Amino acid sequence: MIIRKRTIALIIYLGLLFLPIYWMLNMSLRTNADIMNVFAWYPSDPTFANYMKIFTDPSWYNGYINSIIYVTMNTGISLLVALPAAYAFSRYRFIGDKHVFFWLLTNRMAPPAVFLLPFFQLYSTFGLIDTHIAVALAHCLFNVPLSVWILEGFMGGIPKEIDETAFIDGYSFPRFFIRVFIPLIRAGIGVTAFFCFMFSWVELLLARTLTTTAAKPIAATMTRTVSATGLDWGLLAAAGILTIVPGALVIYFVRNNLAKGFALGRV
Amino acid sequence: MSLKLKDINKLVGQDVHLKDINLEFESSSRYVILGRTLAGKTSLLRIMAGLDRPTTGTITADGVDVTGVSVRKRSIAMVYQQFINYPSQTIYENIASPLKIQGLKKAEIRAKVMEAASMLHIEHLLDRLPAELSGGQQQRTAIARALVKDVDLLLLDEPLVNLDYKLREELRDELQKIFIERDSVVVYTTTEPTEALMLGGNVIVMHEGRILQIGETADVYQNPATTQVAEVFSDPPINFMHGAIAVGKVTMDSGFGFEATARMNDLGPGEYTFGIRSNQLSISSDNDENARLTGTVALSEINGSETFIHFKHDDETIVVQDDGVHMHEVGTEVHVYVHPSNFYVFNKAGELLISPHND
Repeated sequence: MIIRKRTIALIIYLGLLFLPIYWMLNMSLRTNADIMNVFAWYPSDPTFANYMKIFTDPSWYNGYINSIIYVTMNTGISLLVALPAAYAFSRYRFIGDKHVFFWLLTNRMAPPAVFLLPFFQLYSTFGLIDTHIAVALAHCLFNVPLSVWILEGFMGGIPKEIDETAFIDGYSFPRFFIRVFIPLIRAGIGVTAFFCFMFSWVELLLARTLTTTAAKPIAATMTRTVSATGLDWGLLAAAGILTIVPGALVIYFVRNNLAKGFALGRV
Repeated sequence: MSLKLKDINKLVGQDVHLKDINLEFESSSRYVILGRTLAGKTSLLRIMAGLDRPTTGTITADGVDVTGVSVRKRSIAMVYQQFINYPSQTIYENIASPLKIQGLKKAEIRAKVMEAASMLHIEHLLDRLPAELSGGQQQRTAIARALVKDVDLLLLDEPLVNLDYKLREELRDELQKIFIERDSVVVYTTTEPTEALMLGGNVIVMHEGRILQIGETADVYQNPATTQVAEVFSDPPINFMHGAIAVGKVTMDSGFGFEATARMNDLGPGEYTFGIRSNQLSISSDNDENARLTGTVALSEINGSETFIHFKHDDETIVVQDDGVHMHEVGTEVHVYVHPSNFYVFNKAGELLISPHND
């Protein structure tokens, strides 16, 4: 009987969690007039007009493309920088290693807004404003430290003797790193990529400030739905649903290793 | 290849890991480094491999200084205490890995891998991943990878210590046969005297970063140079008693005494340390010359087909190996017999004067 009660409680909890997402889906399939006038649990006359508008209007779908470009760039750069750094922290002892390692994490302790002005000034000077690389680099400030921490945790779980055995076998360092080591921390790399993606995908402030039109992220585009005629509820809901999809897909691929990632690879 | 270690010292911070190591290794010979944990066995092996650099001292291979040469450029193979394989590669790929790096032809690699795998009886496992194998099979894979490339120096760091008793015996037998056929210098570390005795060859007895004695294994076992060597290299355990020789009689501090042998008399009167291996003590006497010791049983442990009786004699605990399984009540009085000629005699500094074996 206890199990039954627990099941019911969990279903109610799950229902509550999904309610806002369901409501957004519900709204995205209705017209504005319908949303404003009638309360309905489900769309009685579903319409895909909101989605069609996003997929056909370049000012909308370019938002997604821009976001995907700088998120991918950021994830790539973060991993490329963090992999060797994490290897060094995990395998070598050097003066101040522990302090530098901790200092990395402190970068994440400041809110992004703190860095807004310096970034804006710096990128203006170099003419990087409104480029994808500008946003990708700005997000690296937060993602590289996190990546180093997560990867170091995963690498710490690989015995040092494996490295030595590879060197005894005659592997050169790059060959060992790519052929032997990276396959061993595949899960860690996946989880790290997920965390980089997640931060960069949802971060709005830096992304919006550093771009104007050419690299404008989807989250910034969504704020434009406010007009003199009021909010375009249906369109906003459709855009919201489409924004959740990539995140949900990425989570699906790393679902088994996610907990270890939240513990920074240290379980 | 001949390998020479000269005045090797290794300090880590303030800790001395190795102190004044001087060793020479000849090819096609086996060396067992025997010592307890923290004796410096692994540190020494890592320096020989080139994984670590000695703080001071030089290593020469065939007269060429190789002290700072990278491990990649040396002809060595190493097997660790932990089972180290590449987890993402199959057993075949694991064993083939050093050959692939050398750039051998596929057919040649295949032939060599098959040979090594059959030597270690893992031919049927070649398609599996290391994680799917038992500990013994994983270690066999690691050993096969070490054997597959013909190296000048084969290092094994307590390779059998993480295996269960039965597997250890089995693999030890096989390894002994494999090593005999090798042209390389084989260096094997262990904490177990029995293992050293079974593998034969030469033994290097280490204690706290120093080398205590080097020599042929059987010879070192029978003639331990010092009490320390006797202690490290003794299985069954050795018992020490302090006593004095005077006018044809040996009298221990505990009061136990017997007629001194002719060789003991030759040493002249004075204080000595006497050592007796527990298998030379027995609880029944078959010889009139035997001396008798009396004590009470403190502990009796059954170890396979033998019983070890720990008994209190005066204030000292002495261990007797009794063949067969016998139960002994704790607290009962026992008589233990020993033949005077079976005693080792050491001087006060702990150096060997008489062993039952030297003439």
